[in-house]
Amino acid sequence: MSDLATYLLSGLALAGSFALVGSGIVVVYRVTHVLNFAQGSFVVFGAFLSQTFRQLGLPPGLSELAAVIVVGLIGLVVGGVAIGKPGTHPMTSLLITLGMSLVAAAVIIAVWGQNPVSPAGIDGTVRLFGAEIETQRLVTLAVAVVTLAAMSLLFTRTDIGRALTAAASNPRAARLVGIDTRAMGLLSFAIAGVLGGLAGVLIAPTTAVSVTSDLPFVLSALAAAVFGGLRSPWMTFVGALVLGVTGQLVAGYANGSYQTQIALIMMLVIMIARSRSFTAEEAK
Amino acid sequence: MMLEVNDLVVRYGSATALDGISLRVDPGELVALVGPNGAGKTSLVNAVSGLVRPASGTVRVEGTVAQVPEGRQMFGDLSVDDNLRLGAWRRRSRRTDAVYELLPDLQRLRRQRADTLSGGQQQMVAVGRALMAEPDLLVVDELSLGLAPLIAADLVRHLAALNADRGTAVLLIEQEVGLAFGLCSRAYVLDAGRIVAEGPTAQLAAAPAVRAAYLGGFDEQENLS
Repeated sequence: MSDLATYLLSGLALAGSFALVGSGIVVVYRVTHVLNFAQGSFVVFGAFLSQTFRQLGLPPGLSELAAVIVVGLIGLVVGGVAIGKPGTHPMTSLLITLGMSLVAAAVIIAVWGQNPVSPAGIDGTVRLFGAEIETQRLVTLAVAVVTLAAMSLLFTRTDIGRALTAAASNPRAARLVGIDTRAMGLLSFAIAGVLGGLAGVLIAPTTAVSVTSDLPFVLSALAAAVFGGLRSPWMTFVGALVLGVTGQLVAGYANGSYQTQIALIMMLVIMIARSRSFTAEEAK
Repeated sequence: MMLEVNDLVVRYGSATALDGISLRVDPGELVALVGPNGAGKTSLVNAVSGLVRPASGTVRVEGTVAQVPEGRQMFGDLSVDDNLRLGAWRRRSRRTDAVYELLPDLQRLRRQRADTLSGGQQQMVAVGRALMAEPDLLVVDELSLGLAPLIAADLVRHLAALNADRGTAVLLIEQEVGLAFGLCSRAYVLDAGRIVAEGPTAQLAAAPAVRAAYLGGFDEQENLS
């Protein structure tokens, strides 16, 4: 029984990071209709940067914060390249983000090499429901929930959040009232950078991150986002929970890691099940 | 002078949408622009709002212009209140009281999502949203499109009240000629990118050639509402 509890709890923590990354995909998609395939790279940058800042002498807490801010800026750069030129079709932008993820991989290898990184996190374990779970994993889940709640408040209660929603909802009307839709698009990429970087910073201490981690992350995040219909951060979180827990259960009982395969299967199942209700745009 | 358009030419690629248009709206005026589908009305609206760059000619505006766009253009995901507040994006203050006072029906709808409203309600929100910018000139593009005549007439009454109370000028772009002439004292008739007739609405309504060719046999009796 404690095995089950262990798998469930670590699945929850993994879900936290998938939810963060998935929300980044959702934010960018809602505002720009672009699927950001560089989202996984943000996670990797977050992990490596937090390690580097630690090595540079920044105290714990501050090095993670600095890493997240830098990845936010990286997100801005990716956004600038992907949607900066007016009139770029969202499909073209999607391909650009794919290209940017390759560029990111090259940069990461050049700066940090191909070895994985696992910076020091919060030590210790916590006993819950008869299982030992690393404190770091619980923190990951807690931060994910708080961040999603904060994002939800941002979108519904602040002027800038309403403007982001407006730019997504009706770009023409948004331009009419004077909202700079391109700036909103760039902002959404920056937010996605922050979310991805945060996920990387949180997950790396318990699960080593390397340059090749971006693909499994973006696929799992995409699956979670698709579960949320590419619209709802909270449903993305539910999708992430399903994904994370299933993955850990399979890893535990089937004794192998099939996280990515599970993600892909889940996406396939959701898309088939919802295929009648998808719009032509989403189906693409 | 409020709005002055001189020899405006708007082209989309090789197609000419507007071929040397000149018109003016003075402060506090109610002016109509009528014409059949494809006459170039929306191109003119977009040129006035700065959304489209003319090939030649000038648009001069004194004061704030707000557009009530064709087809309402709601922020569907957002509530009525949020839609209104976004109308004031360019301003500091987001106070909605004045708009709710002028359009009291919106008050009870304020928390409702815009995409759950009826066409008439959405049109009212679109007008309210434009008013949030505290415009000197309201450009209203195809108010009556897709609306029952009674509802369109009711909205036009609100525009008349707005003009009477606050002196807001209105440029009403309409296919529904009866509606437009009922509100406005002066009108331009646009066809195939050109102004083919202009003048006081009473005179325009009476000119038989204009009536036959461009107003589709518009009957002056319908004008009285």
